[in-house]
Amino acid sequence: MLKISVRFQDHESFAMQLRLEQVSRQEGSEAHLYPLDLYLEPGSLTVLLGATRAGKTSLLRLLAGLDVPSVGKILVDGQDVTGMPVRSRNVAMVYQQFINYPSLTVAQNIASPLKLSGRMDASAIAQRVRDVAQRLRIESFLDRYPAELSGGQQQRVALARALAKSASLMLLDEPLVNLDYKLREELRDEFSTLFASGGSTVVYATTEPAEALLLGGYTAVLDAGELLQYGPTADVFHRPKSIRIARAFSDPPINLVPAFAVPGGVKLGPGLTLNLGDALQRLPTLNGQLTLGIRAGALKLMNQSHQTHRLTVPAKVALAEVSGSDTYIHLETALGNLVVQRTGVHRLDLGELVTVGIDPGAVYLFDPQGAMVLAPDSGFHRTADADG
Amino acid sequence: MARIQLDIAHSYRANPRNDADYALLPMRQTFEDGGAYALLGPSGCGKTTMLNIISGLVVPSQGSIRFDQRDVTQLPPQKRNIAQVFQFPVVYDTMTVAQNLAFPLRNRGMDETRVRARVGVIAEMLDLSGQLDQRAAGLSADQKQKISLGRGLVREDVGAVLFDEPLTVIDPHLKWQLRRKLKEIHRELRLTLIYVTHDQVEALTFADSVLVMARGRVIQSGSPSELFEQPAHRFVGHFIGSPGMNFVPVNRLKRSAPGSSVGALIPPGAVTLGIRPEYLALGEPTPGEPIEMELLAARVQRIQDLGSSWLVSAQVESGESGAESVGDCLVRLRLARDADVPALNQVVGLKVFGPHTRFYDSQDQLIGRESEGALP
Repeated sequence: MLKISVRFQDHESFAMQLRLEQVSRQEGSEAHLYPLDLYLEPGSLTVLLGATRAGKTSLLRLLAGLDVPSVGKILVDGQDVTGMPVRSRNVAMVYQQFINYPSLTVAQNIASPLKLSGRMDASAIAQRVRDVAQRLRIESFLDRYPAELSGGQQQRVALARALAKSASLMLLDEPLVNLDYKLREELRDEFSTLFASGGSTVVYATTEPAEALLLGGYTAVLDAGELLQYGPTADVFHRPKSIRIARAFSDPPINLVPAFAVPGGVKLGPGLTLNLGDALQRLPTLNGQLTLGIRAGALKLMNQSHQTHRLTVPAKVALAEVSGSDTYIHLETALGNLVVQRTGVHRLDLGELVTVGIDPGAVYLFDPQGAMVLAPDSGFHRTADADG
Repeated sequence: MARIQLDIAHSYRANPRNDADYALLPMRQTFEDGGAYALLGPSGCGKTTMLNIISGLVVPSQGSIRFDQRDVTQLPPQKRNIAQVFQFPVVYDTMTVAQNLAFPLRNRGMDETRVRARVGVIAEMLDLSGQLDQRAAGLSADQKQKISLGRGLVREDVGAVLFDEPLTVIDPHLKWQLRRKLKEIHRELRLTLIYVTHDQVEALTFADSVLVMARGRVIQSGSPSELFEQPAHRFVGHFIGSPGMNFVPVNRLKRSAPGSSVGALIPPGAVTLGIRPEYLALGEPTPGEPIEMELLAARVQRIQDLGSSWLVSAQVESGESGAESVGDCLVRLRLARDADVPALNQVVGLKVFGPHTRFYDSQDQLIGRESEGALP
């Protein structure tokens, strides 16, 4: 594990406090962002999670000051900066594409924002460049040009430049998307350590739910220009307020099955009733068509003969995908297509017959409007993503 | 269909002097008839060079390549009886979907009734039946790439179908469906398929046999579960799986439990112990008692909620204070959602010896590799 402390002794860094009030962004007739409120604590990490065109980049550009909101106010440390141009804000941005100056060496690239600011002398700049380069393990490339580096190294240079600036707000727009999967894993690990120090307020856009979980902090789920939910990452994951949020924050996709309330449980199909015990009694009367949600990781493949409190459903294997250290098993069942996530690498043949078990303690229930009314009641009281 | 045998080396330089000058170091490799293979590795590992040698785009600087008994080393791609699918769609925009799919068949003078039947089968498999009469120009990138896949698979008589990162342009939500299609098609047609990718998911999902490559070498070739359970080299342990395998220097184990029976559990020549985060378990904690001998003491540094599991990072304790200094050794454990998760900074005992524990020698090679297919 890298031992990283991000606070520079020779330079004070004041993480930014940001407040967005009823901010929206319209371009022509198209709404890129619907009115939203967002408060970012100084030194916090916020993940913007959503599919492409969810509004992540639009929001980042507003936070950076590259765009002006159509309506609403942006307050930095209590001061209205809504119309203020980007160069007078202390912001660093890292993009998907590795943006470096091709004619400058790595060292010159990292130093460029420091030179522009004119607030540091040459020896202090050189020292800072060495510090940051060492932290990102690119110190041996300082005299090379970006074109001589691999993609991962180039992105490290772009990141080093942003870090060297010790900006009070750091914005990252899918910074790992163009990298190999192992490099992504490595850099993501470094990010979470770098961000944890609280030297900057960090906003990180990604399309990947797993990335949000690994980074921790807070997550804002965006979908089609709407901010759907904001809160501590683990809370949002375990208690999504609606089907839309649960969908956006699940990979593999959350399993959704139409359900009808019956005494003591929900009916999912002929002969398939899930007994929910007294969990339902705590809820207001539910009428109409409900939706049962269960994440792939909560579904289990089981031995059919096994006596269990789970509801068992026969299934046929459509595909076993291996992702990282897990196998995602796509199944065809009487309840529709389901995905089961199993730890480890397993071989299952196409067409193989299996039994899948639904644990009543692991399900979500959504009302006819899609609002979450029941969530699994264990496992999310722990303090998540605590750093030592 | 063909069995493909490579006995080659390739350098893009005129006079290669050392290993670094080779894109592919001398190697022998066989692709069995009807197999589904993936070439997997980071950029610069040689996987694309190997694919280009098979297709005939590159002539190897040394050695030969055979399709069954025929030496094709000097033959250009069009004389090798292969089909290729590239990263980006290659379709004729002015033609309909059906005409695009039929192109490789008509090109070879197949009679119209057979062309039509074959195009129908492939269109059905790829869910393109409804769009057969539509012009390709109006279709999305996903749809166009499906046509490319279809064109690659439409000929039954090809020696092999070669894929170069074919799902790059496909929307993530559609990828699994196309992976499934490719598997189904492989099962039905039994063509020899060779698939190049840097994406683990793609390789391990698609292939029956994966060739893990690095720096011009095939480090290991095996089924996905072999690569996961028995990495032949530390590189494979790290590269396959996320997070990769934990590695603990053997001298740390002895240090952590001096004078114990730990030594007997370590095979001769072992320098590093490897165990995956999924198999590393916590020993039973006994409050107030010292950590048991066979357990490795480590201090919890970080706990991440991965949604359906917990990822715990722990620093191996340096043990008895010795004269020599020891470096950091971080290990990760993946615990089930309902497991007892330790507290931050707690010192825990890790069960590092078990059926999934592997040992590596000073060359980073697996010690006592079991024969292929014989999994524990």
